[in-house]
Formats: sequence, C-alpha cells, structure tokens
Amino acid sequence: MPPELPSFLARFPAGSVVPQTGAGAPVDQETWVVRREVLLDLCRELHASRETRFDLLLEIFGMDYPEREQRFEAVYHLYSIPNGRRLRLKVPLAASDPTLPSVIPVWKAADWFEREAFDMFGLVFDGHPNLRRILTHEAFQGHALRKDYDAAKRWILTEDKIWQPRLEAPERGDSMFERMTINLGPSHPATHGTFRIVALVDGEEIVASEIEIGYLHRCMEKMSETHTWQQVIPYTDRLNYCSSFINNVGYCRSVEQLLGIEVPPRAVWARTILSEFSRIMDHVVANGSTLVDCGALTNFWYFYQCREEIYGLLESLCGARLTVSACRIGGLLADLPPDFVERSRRLLETIPPLISDVETLIDKNRIFLDRAVGVAAINGEEAVNWGYTGPCLRASGVGLDARKAHPYDLYDTVEWEVPVLRGGDVYDRYRLRMLEIRQSLSIIRQLLDRGVPEGPFVIDDPHVALPPKDACYNQMESMIYHFKLIMDGIQVPPGENYGFVEGANGELGFYCVSDGSGKPYRVRVRPPCFPIFSSFPTLIRGHGVSDVVATLGGLNVIAGELER
Amino acid sequence: MTVDPKALRLPGVQVHPTTLEPRRMTLAERLYLPLLAGMMVTIRHFFLNIFRFKKKVTIEYPEERRAYSHRYRGHHILTTRPDGSPRCVACFLCATNCPADCIHIEAGESPDVNIEKYPVVYEIDMLRCVFCGYCVDACPEEAIIMSNNHDMAFYSREQSIVGKADLMKPFTISPDRLGYRPYYPEEDARHAEMRRQAFDLVAAARAKPPARDAAAS
Repeated sequence: MPPELPSFLARFPAGSVVPQTGAGAPVDQETWVVRREVLLDLCRELHASRETRFDLLLEIFGMDYPEREQRFEAVYHLYSIPNGRRLRLKVPLAASDPTLPSVIPVWKAADWFEREAFDMFGLVFDGHPNLRRILTHEAFQGHALRKDYDAAKRWILTEDKIWQPRLEAPERGDSMFERMTINLGPSHPATHGTFRIVALVDGEEIVASEIEIGYLHRCMEKMSETHTWQQVIPYTDRLNYCSSFINNVGYCRSVEQLLGIEVPPRAVWARTILSEFSRIMDHVVANGSTLVDCGALTNFWYFYQCREEIYGLLESLCGARLTVSACRIGGLLADLPPDFVERSRRLLETIPPLISDVETLIDKNRIFLDRAVGVAAINGEEAVNWGYTGPCLRASGVGLDARKAHPYDLYDTVEWEVPVLRGGDVYDRYRLRMLEIRQSLSIIRQLLDRGVPEGPFVIDDPHVALPPKDACYNQMESMIYHFKLIMDGIQVPPGENYGFVEGANGELGFYCVSDGSGKPYRVRVRPPCFPIFSSFPTLIRGHGVSDVVATLGGLNVIAGELER
Repeated sequence: MTVDPKALRLPGVQVHPTTLEPRRMTLAERLYLPLLAGMMVTIRHFFLNIFRFKKKVTIEYPEERRAYSHRYRGHHILTTRPDGSPRCVACFLCATNCPADCIHIEAGESPDVNIEKYPVVYEIDMLRCVFCGYCVDACPEEAIIMSNNHDMAFYSREQSIVGKADLMKPFTISPDRLGYRPYYPEEDARHAEMRRQAFDLVAAARAKPPARDAAAS
C-alpha cells in the first residue's frame, strides 16, 4: 500500500515527479523519479512542508547504467524524523550533460555527498560552492565508479595539481595576533585516522578551517562490483573497524532483504547480542580516545579491559578479533561456541564496574568539564540539517535511533529506551555513550535470559548458504551446490534495496543493486560519520586548537568508514 | 513505515531543539571535590593490582600469550595425506573464493591414478591475505585449514609469499595450535563418535577371537 502523495506535488508540471509503482519498482521504500529542473524546488517543499517534513538527508550518490538512454542517475535518500518515513529520489541524467542543481541550500549535509558523486561519477552540481574531488587525488583523471572506468588503470599523481587551501575569515580589529595557517594531520597523533585539517588560527583560536580526506580511500565500492555477494563481507569489516560486527549485520541484512529470505532465530539472536557488544566496544573506543586526548589516560585502560574481553568473545565465535567477518548472508559463519552464554554473562559482570569507575573519575570532574562542556556544541536543528545520526544527534536532543524507529532483529522484543541529552557538546556526546552502554547491557541481559533459540545458525537453503561440510563430502547434490555457490556466487534476483542498521556512530545503510548476475551491480555504503565530519569546520570555529583534538574523538570519525 | 512519535520521544509535529542546554556545574564540582572519589578509584586499582598480582589483566606478551579459541584464523596449513603428499587437488575453489586474491595455484597431473591433479605451486601472499577464512570454507577436501599462529614477520615482501613446503610444515605442530577448520554440526559429531565406537568394537572383536568362540560354544 503506497503512502499518499503530498498535495504540493500537484503544483509541479506533469511528468516531472513520477512515483515508481508496479512491477519493477523498488519494494524497500517509496521511490520517485524526478526531473532535474524541479529537483531543488521539490526538495525545498519536501523539507519545509508540514505534510512531509523530510528533514534529514541521509545520502546522495550516483549510479551508472551505461545501457540506458539517460545513463547516470543521482539518488537521494531522505528521511523524515517526525513521520519516520523514507523516500528515495532518482534523478536521471544524460551522459552528455550530467548537471543538476545542488541541494545545499536545503540540506547542508549535501556538501560532501555531492562532492563525492562528482568525484566518483562526474555529476556536476550547479551552485555547489566548492565542487572538487574529495576521495581521490586532484591529479586523478576520470571517474572511478563509472562502469567503463578501467579499475586497473594507474595514474601518476603529481604535486603540481595539489589543492592549496585558501582560508579566509573577516579580519577583526581587536586581534593582537598575526594569523597563521596550520596543519593538523594527515599524520598527526591526535587525529585518529588519516585526515588533514587545515586551520587558520588567530592566536590560539580557529577562525576558519578546511578538511581534506581521502588518504584511506580503498575503492571498497568498486571492488564489490567485481566480487561475489558473499565476498563483500570481509570488505565491510574494514568500514567502522571498531564495530565490524555491526557492519557485517548491516550488509547481510540488506542482501537478505533483496533475496527475500528469513534468517533463523538462532542467528538473529546472536546477531542482536553481538551487535550490542560491538556497540559497547565502539562507544568505549570513542569515549576512551576523547578522554585520552583531554589527558585522561587511566580511563583508556579501564575501557580497553572490557573491549579486550569482548574481543575474546567474538574470537571464540569467528576466530578473529577485529575484522570478524562473522556473518554470512543467511546467518552466521559458524555455530555459537558452547560457552557463549556463560562468557557473555561473565562479560555482563565485568563491564559495569569498569564503566562505573570511569564515570566516577570523569562525570563530575571539573578538569574534564572545563574542557568539554559547551565545546563544539551543535543544536538539534543544525545537527539534523548536517545529516547527523547516531549518538552525536541524540546528544543534541533528537532521539532518532533506527533500532527504535524501525525495529529490526530483536530490538522490538526487549525493553530499552533511547537516551537523549540536550547539550550537544563534547561532554554530552561522552555522557550519552555511557548511557547507551548501559542500555546495550540491558538488552543483552534480557536476551541472554531468554536462552539460546534452538535451530540452525545459518539458513538451510543451498542457493544461499554453503551446505555443511560433511554433507558436502558425502552427498553429490551438496557438493554441486557447494561448487556452484563458490564459482558463481549467490544468484540475487534483480532489484535494489536499502538496508540499514543503527551502527555505533549512526545509521549505517547499504544500498545494494543486483542485476541478476552473481555479483553486485553496486554496493553503496551510507557512512554515518561522513556527514558528521563534514560539519567539523563549523563545529570548531571559534574554539582553540586543543578543542579540535577534544572534539574529534567524540564525533567518532573512523577513517575506514569515512573514505571506504 | 510510520512510527509512533512517542517512541521517538518527540512531541507530535515538532521542531528540533534550536537551543542548547549544557550541563551546569554544582558548587561541589566547582570546588573540584568529586576528584577525591576519582582518586579513590585509581588508588583502589593501584593496590588491587599490587596485592592481587595473579589476577592482573595485562600479560607479558612474547613469553605469555592469550588463549585463543580453536577457531582462530591464523597462518594457513595445507594438510597432508598419510604418505605426506598434500591433500589439495588443485580445484581452485579457495583461490576463487578469496576476497583478497592472495592464493596462487599451479596445477599439475598427479602421479597417483586415483587423483586427477595436485598443486605444483601453492602460494599464499601473507601480506595480501585478510585472514577471513573463506579458503577454508571453500575447500571441498579439507586440504586447507588454519592454525592459531598469528605472528608472522618478514624481512622482505618476497618472504611474505609462503609456498607449499612452508604451508605444509605447520601441520606437524601440536593439535592445540590448530585454528579455523570446517565446522561439523553437533549431530554429525555424534554420528562420527558412533562410527568410531563401531570401529572400536570391530577392532576389539578382531583382537579377541577366542571370546567369540566362547560365546558360540
């Protein structure tokens, strides 16, 4: 049952906005095909109208269909927080003139996403103030995610084309310092990951700054197109590597929705528990590094003790600690270890005292409060406009959590709440993560009390999951399925699907498009920290250089996910 | 896809907060008093670590190692047949399934008439390998498994390409150093146990023929 169309659509010329319905239309969410002439007006209406209120721009990205008449497509994923509604806009563009208006006037989050679409597909966004490459080098030629781009091509990247930041800020009469441009990064002990922050400082105060990213771009999306669906899972590990299990779940869920299969309850149960453990791990790293950057090293050790124990639990399931690759499409890679519940329960006893210790050390500690309260604050309205999701958004007073708003796995069967704080600053981001750790522990406890569901750990469908090894050795059919699955990959029916999970730093989405062959036509990742980090220059304007360092940890910017 | 606004803790058609409510410090916090509680925490940890030395959380790494599970994905092992030849039949499934494309195989005709092919060259580039275990999943012969050895150090990139001989060597190490291996469902483990017991019975019967005679008489 398609939702009603908003009344303002009548004002647009006929045929300029066409909702996709019927056969061949995407089933995962509402999709409208929009002509580029009306795009900006339509976005303004969608954003402002009380009927729709699409206040959050999740992502913009390009698609390339060389066989189509209008070869390119710009895809917009919108979300309405008050209505909990999702909408996809598709703007077809001809190869000869891939130009479309920029939507930065409506959503500031569009800034970096449009630059990425320009970089990867060569889509030109009219009105973008700073349309230059973002993930690749300035001297790079061509657009890497176009289907006709030869991935084996090599470029000599010279320095003469390198981007030189020109930072400008209005002069102030009362300043007694000379202005100076400084670099933080790309390789700097205080930047967690490789990115470069160029800041114009007036004394100790930052008056303008720019960010350069792309040092860790690994072509994950391009590589996915040449590997089978199952082979993408190890790539997803390396997105947000602090909580790689959640990435696995997000990707597998998206492909499972595309396949229309249901995961056995045992796997769902384990996925929920381990996702929450991974969330704890991620929050612990984010908070730990924030505190270390402020000079509080002790907490780091307390935090890392529980992280170490959780790694042990993950390792007992899948054999790796950081890059787990623990999910398979249709379930898990192996059955739960026999001592899984016992170990998890032991963790539930180990973690809370360590968390309490940190809270005692930090929560009321004026040394930290002076560094954190009011620093890099952003209010809810602004945060939504910048495309924030996850803990950073909830710390600004908007209680959006995909686990609550669109419950998946077992989140609607347990009792928990979404903590929301109103400070929007470094302190509240820290505090909110601590509150979320407690909620995660409560979710895990409730699920463990329920007991391990009986049944298989992976779907019993030889078209999706590898048959058990002994069947493969002893039965001809299983052997054939085994060979077919590995040689040809899972045959995902043609279609598209946006699957999402609440990642540890926001909504992590995987937009998967299949053309019916054994390999993905496109896997697009919606990286939660990408729009968050794009707002960084605004966040730190007017703050000291030391505050840059304090802010960075709390935003939880993970370069692996930022640049994919 | 609509949500109860209450679930989001947002009142009806709402506007997102445009103001900030930063945390206010209490008088005690202004006077740095809560730091005393924090000091107690660090002092407690300090003394606990001294007096409960055996329960300390750190380990002295090269001498002392963490216990890994038997599923640890470490250095690969090429398993062998009883005669010492590799079990690998050079079917290329592992190389196909490898997301990092780090396995290089060159197949040759096997001297054994029952076996079609064998790997003349079997190399894994340990620097490319991401240790995902997909090769183990793919192998239909249980010819490649993993050990729990994770310290691999090389002086050059050439050394990181590990050949057949080196991959077969680790199999001589003790069984407790084995890592990620094919998974057997519990039920089949039971069947395997029953089969083994059946073999044991046969062996026992063969060992003691007079007992059967006694039963017959």
